[in-house]
Amino acid sequence: MNMDIVLIAAIVLGVIGLLSALVLFIVARRFSVVEDGRVVAVEELLPGANCGACGYSGCHAFAAECVSRGGVDSLLCPGAGQEGMAKIAAIMGGGIQSVVPKVAVLRCAGECARRHKVAVYEGPRSCSVVNRAGAGELSCAFGCLGCGDCVAACAFGALSIDVSTGLPHIDAGKCTGCGMCSLVCPRNLIEIRPAGPRGRLVWVACSNPEKGAVARRGCEAACIGCGKCVKACPFGAVMLNGALARIDADKCRLCRKCVAQCPTGAILTAGFPEVSGENVVNPVKS
Amino acid sequence: MARTFHIGGVRLKDCKLSAHSAMERVELPMRVVLPLGQHIGAPARPVVAAGDRVVRGQCVAEAASVVSASLHSPISGIVRSIGLVRNARGFDVEAIEIEATESDHRIDIESMSKPLVAVRDKGNVSADEILACVREAGIVGLGGATFPTAVKLNVPPGKNIDTLVINAAECEPYLTCDHALMLSDPAGIIIGAELVMKALGVSNAVIGVEDNKPDAIESLRSHVAPGSGIVIVPLKEKYPQGGEKQLIFAMTRREVPSGGLPADVGVVVVNVATARAVCMAVVYGEPLIERVVTVTGPRLPRPANYLVPIGYPVDELISKSGGDDVPVGKIVLGGPMMGAAVENTEVPVEKGSSGILLLPPDMSHRAQPEPCILCARCVSVCPMGLEPYLISTLSRLGRVGEAVDAGVADCIECGSCSYICPSSRPILDFIRYGKMSSRRVRKSK
Repeated sequence: MNMDIVLIAAIVLGVIGLLSALVLFIVARRFSVVEDGRVVAVEELLPGANCGACGYSGCHAFAAECVSRGGVDSLLCPGAGQEGMAKIAAIMGGGIQSVVPKVAVLRCAGECARRHKVAVYEGPRSCSVVNRAGAGELSCAFGCLGCGDCVAACAFGALSIDVSTGLPHIDAGKCTGCGMCSLVCPRNLIEIRPAGPRGRLVWVACSNPEKGAVARRGCEAACIGCGKCVKACPFGAVMLNGALARIDADKCRLCRKCVAQCPTGAILTAGFPEVSGENVVNPVKS
Repeated sequence: MARTFHIGGVRLKDCKLSAHSAMERVELPMRVVLPLGQHIGAPARPVVAAGDRVVRGQCVAEAASVVSASLHSPISGIVRSIGLVRNARGFDVEAIEIEATESDHRIDIESMSKPLVAVRDKGNVSADEILACVREAGIVGLGGATFPTAVKLNVPPGKNIDTLVINAAECEPYLTCDHALMLSDPAGIIIGAELVMKALGVSNAVIGVEDNKPDAIESLRSHVAPGSGIVIVPLKEKYPQGGEKQLIFAMTRREVPSGGLPADVGVVVVNVATARAVCMAVVYGEPLIERVVTVTGPRLPRPANYLVPIGYPVDELISKSGGDDVPVGKIVLGGPMMGAAVENTEVPVEKGSSGILLLPPDMSHRAQPEPCILCARCVSVCPMGLEPYLISTLSRLGRVGEAVDAGVADCIECGSCSYICPSSRPILDFIRYGKMSSRRVRKSK
């Protein structure tokens, strides 16, 4: 075998390699983007779910926004929470303002026992598909369909279908209030609600706008628009929208006077210390 | 050879159990419920109030917008209430409830036993008069889509219509309501067709009938006067022959463009029962207050075709055919392919109710879906030339933009894909969902 061939091949390859390296070097210099090291550091503290709840297109965009503002004032990543924001603020060298965290609540209390089954559905188990086909298996045409589109949409594992009630259970400890579940619900049953101190919440768990008698025919837990809660509220936080009550989270002082008045148990609470006999769902993890 | 469309389609067992039972007029009910939204478009606006007296044929709700249809009472009586009733799909909808008194009932029966009197001369009405009549009579497409006929016949300027296609294909298995009508009132259908031709200003009409109804073809043919421009065309038995675009192709070899209307190719399609309703409205001055409904089912003792007043209880029709005595697993309003299973039978017959199908328990369940094996049978049967498996998957994954590119909006929801799928996949369920999402996306843009 002739050594020249080996030598020539080595030289040719070596020259190609050098030329390519040179091109890469020039390109890298020419088009280099200097990224602030802090953006990378901030992004590492974020959950990486790209849920968009912060109002930016993803975790990277949020990190870049934090750094470009040089602080975290009025910015909140619900996924990272207050603790996460404090850490981010530390990177920027500043403090944080407290922003009220939000959580998802289900505006339906029509559990299996209180809403009778009127039909059998055998198609694909997807709320959107069921909603297209008719009023669903249960008697209320406005209530939760229970197929779990919201569970599938949650990037934080905060939702699960409770087998005993047939409704999604929202784990307020994991919920970041990003609102993905609310977007996919075909009946718009999930409300993203600002939580009170220690994650306390009082809300009307019904979305049926029909008059009392009609709503009640479909579900025992329906809001019948009787207005007792409106009268009971000392702060004017409850209002009636047609035959459906609504509690304004900004005015509500979490006194729970309305809860005791509701004849159908349509007003639910969360986060309060559990007392026997009290209507408590979604207890916040301590 | 009988004509048909060229892409896809399936041969179904026709199961026309009620084909040989003559049309039977049911007795006038003492109480009717008339939902305000029995048609595509805005629900009708009530013009009566609770407590008002109405007579048979009186308008009780008028068209609320351009695309809407008025509603008439099929009985004389007193308006009991205007309120919410639960419809077949489980939603509460607004409806007018009318109750007859004994004397009203007697008068109605007496007036109905008299022969019909022509109020207009069919040869002497103008196109505008026909259109006005159709609008006032609240006529909608009786094939099931319930599109207001007056809107359809009012062709937008710039579109040149040369052919009227009358849809008498009745390609859905089990349904025989159009068949029964063609046997019992062929003269009315032909007069209706002539009136619609006049309203559109066309000189050609083709009536397409599937060749599994030779007696209907014969009966219509014997009533067509030579030189009237009406031709009865036998069609090959194939589903979905009665789909608007499929029928137009079969009859005229013209293809309606994607997203277009039949008027774009110079055609208007009207159902055969709609044509007869036009005749009743124009010649006899009777608004749309009754229709033919097929009550059928594989184990039903007496499958039949009934001439039913709109608002008649569906329950009672089922009892008439002996539906109470047989085990029933599922009740479908409409045909087995495109009809919808109902969760409530305490509902009235509506303008669009073509049939009531009672399926026994062993025929009521869906098979367990298996994975897609990419056999492409759904592609080969799709009458619109789409790729159902692909659109279905894209819709399921929420990739609406790609589903739109794949033609989700062209789907006519005939269900051939779900029917043929050897893995029993719910293809159409997801396509419908994709269609709905694509509409929402378009709206929000």
